[in-house]
Amino acid sequence: MALVLNEEEEMLRDAAKGFLADKAPVAALRKLRDEDDALGWSRALWQEMADMGWTGILVPEEYGGIDYGMVGAGLICEEMGRNLTASPFLGTAMMAVTALRAGSDEQKAKWLPNIAEGKSIIAIAVDEGVKHEPSKTALQAEAHGNGYRLNGEKSYIIDGFDADALIVAARTSGEPGDEAGISLFIVEKETDGLSSSRTKLLDSRNYAHNVFENVDVAGDALIGTLDDGFGLLESVLNIGRTGLAAEMLGASQQSFDMTMEYLKERKQFGEIVGTFQGLQHRSAHLYSEIELVKSAVLKALQMFAEAPAMSGASAALAKAKAGEVAILAANEAVQMHGGIGMTDEFDMGLYMKRIRAAQELLGDYAFNANRLAILRGF
Amino acid sequence: MSDLENFRKETRAWLAENCPPAMRKPMRSDADACWGGRNFTFASDDQKLWLDRMGAKGWTAPEWPSEYGGGGLSREEAKILKEEMAAIKARPPLVSFGVWMLGPALLKYGSEEQKQQYIPPIVRGEIRWCQGYSEPNAGSDLASLQTRCEDKGDHYEITGQKVWTSYADQADWIFCLVRTDREASKHNGISFILFDMQSEGVTAKPIILISGKSPFCETFFDQVKVPKENLVGTLNRGWDIAKYLLTHERAMIGDSGGGNTIGGRSIGQIAVDSLGTDAQGRLADSALRSDLARSEIDGWAFLLTMERIKDEAKAGQGVGARSSMLKYYGTELNKRRYELLMASKGHAGLEWEGEASRDGELPRAWLRTKGNSIEGGTSEVQLNIISKRVLGLPGA
Repeated sequence: MALVLNEEEEMLRDAAKGFLADKAPVAALRKLRDEDDALGWSRALWQEMADMGWTGILVPEEYGGIDYGMVGAGLICEEMGRNLTASPFLGTAMMAVTALRAGSDEQKAKWLPNIAEGKSIIAIAVDEGVKHEPSKTALQAEAHGNGYRLNGEKSYIIDGFDADALIVAARTSGEPGDEAGISLFIVEKETDGLSSSRTKLLDSRNYAHNVFENVDVAGDALIGTLDDGFGLLESVLNIGRTGLAAEMLGASQQSFDMTMEYLKERKQFGEIVGTFQGLQHRSAHLYSEIELVKSAVLKALQMFAEAPAMSGASAALAKAKAGEVAILAANEAVQMHGGIGMTDEFDMGLYMKRIRAAQELLGDYAFNANRLAILRGF
Repeated sequence: MSDLENFRKETRAWLAENCPPAMRKPMRSDADACWGGRNFTFASDDQKLWLDRMGAKGWTAPEWPSEYGGGGLSREEAKILKEEMAAIKARPPLVSFGVWMLGPALLKYGSEEQKQQYIPPIVRGEIRWCQGYSEPNAGSDLASLQTRCEDKGDHYEITGQKVWTSYADQADWIFCLVRTDREASKHNGISFILFDMQSEGVTAKPIILISGKSPFCETFFDQVKVPKENLVGTLNRGWDIAKYLLTHERAMIGDSGGGNTIGGRSIGQIAVDSLGTDAQGRLADSALRSDLARSEIDGWAFLLTMERIKDEAKAGQGVGARSSMLKYYGTELNKRRYELLMASKGHAGLEWEGEASRDGELPRAWLRTKGNSIEGGTSEVQLNIISKRVLGLPGA
């Protein structure tokens, strides 16, 4: 597959660009933050996204989606990154849909049409510790009656607060650290014993901390195969990692564009500061790094259709490189803007905060670099 | 079966039949490269046979038009040829500045006669070319070059000095930038000209580098007579050709920074061979392992970027000044990679003589990479070009 967008993809990106700049620009995030919005994202906006088909972008047509594929989903993430749009797109429309596509016909019929219509929000509950390490899943699920009983805690669940259901990674055998013995369950919000609180992170988005105390679910809550859920979980996480990489690409580009504009206007010592070689060379270096991220992200998006078995490696590459460069882009943007970059009134700080969160979520640089090193035989 | 699948099948069969077994091993060093030319001593009969067969098919320059002896392949076909050659580990039949640099410039700027005269011998590896660009006082500021070319009525006369002329002592012909108008502004008085290195008045003197090798020469021209028809393109417009060629050269030097493997092994694997693993099968030196992983990540992302920019060029979006980005990043990456190789080999990487180190092959290659970010325009010059032409930053 050529590493270029086709005409249809270009159109989708232009549509996403226009829509998000109009309906969900940085000012919208700032408003949600300043008004201390309970959810951290707008249901009205989500419904509009559903009307355009975005919530069903990975949902098969027979379940009411448009089944467009990951390149399209990634382009939307990239534009969301440019605008810092807050929405449950990554958690629900990308990761939960990927998990449910591997589920039973009943599970698909129950949830996928609702997601496509914008009626259901489903989050992936995986992390328990301070660093992302899915094999360390400890939350227990034991056979109980005709179903399972869950006990444990999940932290930093992306868009998990007030979600209609969670897809939970649970340990059904083995020890934390083992890849075998992990199973996925779908647990609905109003289930007894499940309590949820919102965790506020620096990026003002929606995260949940959930406690499971003797939470009983029926046997049909299991998604995929018992004890053998790690492969499916990884597929879901790779979709998420690639989505975050695309989002960080958008945020990096926007930070960079704003910085270049500033360098062409700001005067000091009687000169436009963009004439100074000290700033030019750093800008040119950052430009080069962003070019690398573009390629890594597009390849990772294409790989889900082109060679799904290899998509773990390309997702790790994209997530690592995009995170590294996004941090550089944010740091350089603040530095090159000088004092104004440090003010809350200026948007750059919001980009810096989101980038810091996005590069940590679902595995930071070291996590993904380690995965790649193992794959490459060292 | 599609045309491309058919082409792959035919190519595979042709290579199986025509690529000598001895040419199906990775090149161990520069000494294994086939440069061709009038004075070249082939390392083996197989090396000559492989060049002759590939040259006759035009596959030393797969995408050049077949009317000038090229392969006439589409980009997809050329990619298939490359893949099929890689699959049997076939060596490149020819390493050639004619193919990499002069050919593309002639195809774009040369007259019909020049294309017919010069391109077929390049494809067949019969004439070895060198490039006369830099001068003692024209390095990063190449356009200030002073080698004089005067119109003597029925011929031109060239006097001056070039430096860093790669393999000038072994080349048959030179493509050269010369000053044809000393009154015009520095970019507007330069012409692009070709001449035989055996012409009277040409001398080439190798320069010994820190690697102990001498791939470059100082080249002197003393009243060299050159036929008028050897001028390429328009008189005094040679800078356009130079810029076009530099774009090619930069992409090519950048290309050497791509590829995460050396002799078919990743540098991580080379480090494992040298240093061993821990109980989990991971490289024993964890700090070096992190640096190697970073190098792998950047290497893959860079390779993908080369691929993307080629695909975009095919879709009609020019490469333009982005070749400076490829040159800058690729060469810096290559320097980093060789630092890591040296660290992976430890004391053994310092051995300068003897059989075990193949006479210091690694440290000499490591030292050679230091020139990557100088030749073809320094990293700093590339960053200037990106700032100005891609980012639109003022001044400089």
